Amino acid sequence: MLGLNAKDTSLFIVVIIMVLAAPILLNPFPADSALAQFNAGYPALMQRFLIFGILVVGFNILFGLTGYLSFGHAAFLGVGSFAAVWMFKLLSFNVIPAIILSIVVAGLFSVVIGYVALRRSGIYFSILTLAFAQMMYAIAYSDLVGKFLGTIITNGETGLQVYLDDPQILAGAGDPRVPHLFGLEMNSQTVWSVGGWEFVFQNGYYLCAVFMIIAFYMSIRIFRSPFGLVLRSIKSNQQRLNYTGVSTRPYMLTAFVISGMYAGLAGGLWSAMDPLTGAERMFWTASGEIVIMAILGGVGTLIGPILGAGAIKYMENIVSKINDNILHQWFAFMPEGIENFMVAIIHPFIGKGWHLTLGVVFMAVVIYLPGGLVELGERFIGLFRRKKTDNAPTGASTKPAE
Amino acid sequence: MDAIILQILNGLDKGSAYALIALGLTLIFGTLGVVNFAHGALFMIGAFCSVTLQRMLSTSFEMVDETQTDFLGNPLKVETPYVEAWFGPEVGAAIIDWSVPLAIFLAIPVMIAVGFAMERGLIKHFYKRPHADQILVTFGLAIVIGEIIKANFGANPISTPAPEAFRGAMDFGVLLGFEPNTIIYPYWRLVYFLFAIVIIASVFAFLQFTTFGMVVRAGMADRETVGLLGIDIDKRFTFMFGLAAAVAGLAGVMYTPILSPHYNIGMDFLVLSFVVVVVGGMGSLPGAVLAGFVLGILQSFASMNEVKAILPGIDQIIIYLVAIIILLTRPRGLMGRKGVMEE
Repeated sequence: MLGLNAKDTSLFIVVIIMVLAAPILLNPFPADSALAQFNAGYPALMQRFLIFGILVVGFNILFGLTGYLSFGHAAFLGVGSFAAVWMFKLLSFNVIPAIILSIVVAGLFSVVIGYVALRRSGIYFSILTLAFAQMMYAIAYSDLVGKFLGTIITNGETGLQVYLDDPQILAGAGDPRVPHLFGLEMNSQTVWSVGGWEFVFQNGYYLCAVFMIIAFYMSIRIFRSPFGLVLRSIKSNQQRLNYTGVSTRPYMLTAFVISGMYAGLAGGLWSAMDPLTGAERMFWTASGEIVIMAILGGVGTLIGPILGAGAIKYMENIVSKINDNILHQWFAFMPEGIENFMVAIIHPFIGKGWHLTLGVVFMAVVIYLPGGLVELGERFIGLFRRKKTDNAPTGASTKPAE
Repeated sequence: MDAIILQILNGLDKGSAYALIALGLTLIFGTLGVVNFAHGALFMIGAFCSVTLQRMLSTSFEMVDETQTDFLGNPLKVETPYVEAWFGPEVGAAIIDWSVPLAIFLAIPVMIAVGFAMERGLIKHFYKRPHADQILVTFGLAIVIGEIIKANFGANPISTPAPEAFRGAMDFGVLLGFEPNTIIYPYWRLVYFLFAIVIIASVFAFLQFTTFGMVVRAGMADRETVGLLGIDIDKRFTFMFGLAAAVAGLAGVMYTPILSPHYNIGMDFLVLSFVVVVVGGMGSLPGAVLAGFVLGILQSFASMNEVKAILPGIDQIIIYLVAIIILLTRPRGLMGRKGVMEE
């Protein structure tokens, strides 16, 4: 289907179903039950899943295929966000021009940065991208361009948002005052109550879903294309490729720009969901988080980035909501001394300590599970297969699948 | 002229911190070939050593003072730090006052222990893995250390004043024959600069004039041959990791009066120190020191009002700008060896 082989088609269909049915699938517990706090099926969180999913799918095209570790990818996300808000300010709240411009602007920035940064490889590339991203963060955070021109570009610490006196030249009189798609408001939603369950279907989520599906499809095509093969060979041995007469730089630059445009798309969508954009989206810890998502999910695999982005955002949301009272409830069946002891041990990892959990999980994944969640899944499957046939190749399970 | 000297002086203390951190970073890279993203965290642990010592010394109990009475006529209870009770009020107060310099003696063993634990427990397993993996795992470690600090000390900066004797500022211009009050420079920054010079000099002397240092330098140049000569180079490199950790820690201890430590201070310094190492040249110790001071001074020049009037905000981006230019024109850095990590 659509030029994909059977295996990819089934993966693609699984992803489509997962994305479209997420409001139901991620809501397994009834709304008034004690476990409802583990539900992830509310729009604000699901949008994050998809926005960061798109971002990491794009990052994976660069890092997963070519092995170039960019430590400044959040800069493109930020650029895309600012571009989208400027479209809201100048034209109208329609999301389509905003998203198009954010992709284009992020693409332009990545052409310039990629042209410079890709002249070096390895750790130098990482530090160059980090330096560029920090520079752009400093510029955006203090709105240096705006000060230089005597106007407002990023609006510094306050963050950029749409005001009532903005021109909005294309806005009609009856248009909604929130981001919309030709009149369809992004934040309006339909609630569907079945028994004790409440399923929320939001327009904005489905806009993200459409882009996610397109982005994922393009990522499969890139992975399977001759272009993708060249990128993989850059990862395995760039020098040899150079010696055989292939100039790798145009390929690298293309990959860099593609992943930058993915980041721009994610930024545009984020602004469409939340049109108050600040420079903190570009800070280098944000770039680090992208790297963490990619590693956790499984670098160089198709589905890994989506899993990684989802897992991190879900954990962030759930772990930071848990508090000591909830822990006491969980361990209530134990004797009191052990209960208090367990709570005391887990206490630093929950609530505000979410980043500690993140750091520990990340380190564990890098050390023990370089293939991320996908490798974990592979190992499980391998475990069952070996029991059945007993002659399955053992080497296959250690390599991350595509 | 006086403005120029003032900016050079202002750049020196920041430059010293960059130079010390970058020295440790490049020492680790040159010996173990590891890119340590957790080095800023080591700087931070050092800074919190001085916070910890200050708190330990200020630990107090309620002592009944017979000579004074409160308004009810009972003997007055006074909060007295233990050190004041043990050593007498004056010596005790002086000890608390000097807690930041005293923290050096706490920081050295702590930092060497942390360095050893880090190298043996984690980094040892990453020698053979690609640089990207080293970056990632040490980045994770930096997050974890930062969060542990945050859990124990809170998220707000903690002020740790310098000893009373160094709190003022000196009129540096008079010494050079300028008008009074043209070049005012805080004492502690001067102390920090001199301290950094001493540390840097002793690290270089250690590497240059001891047999141990000679072996380490030989190992940096050609690890395999040194190993073939029957020398356990790994053990020495582990020691160098401890030393690098101690240098970063000491830089942190003494920096606390200049900048109140908080849990993110390590990350802030790390990115800049990496840039410093790259500008100086990966694995080049003199390069790291030189680049540290040059970039510190450049940054302070860029923050002059005259410069800012032409290019607003240049002080925040100048270091990155310089790094980008250096990497593109001279990838091995100012003093890097030819052929080392040039790609």
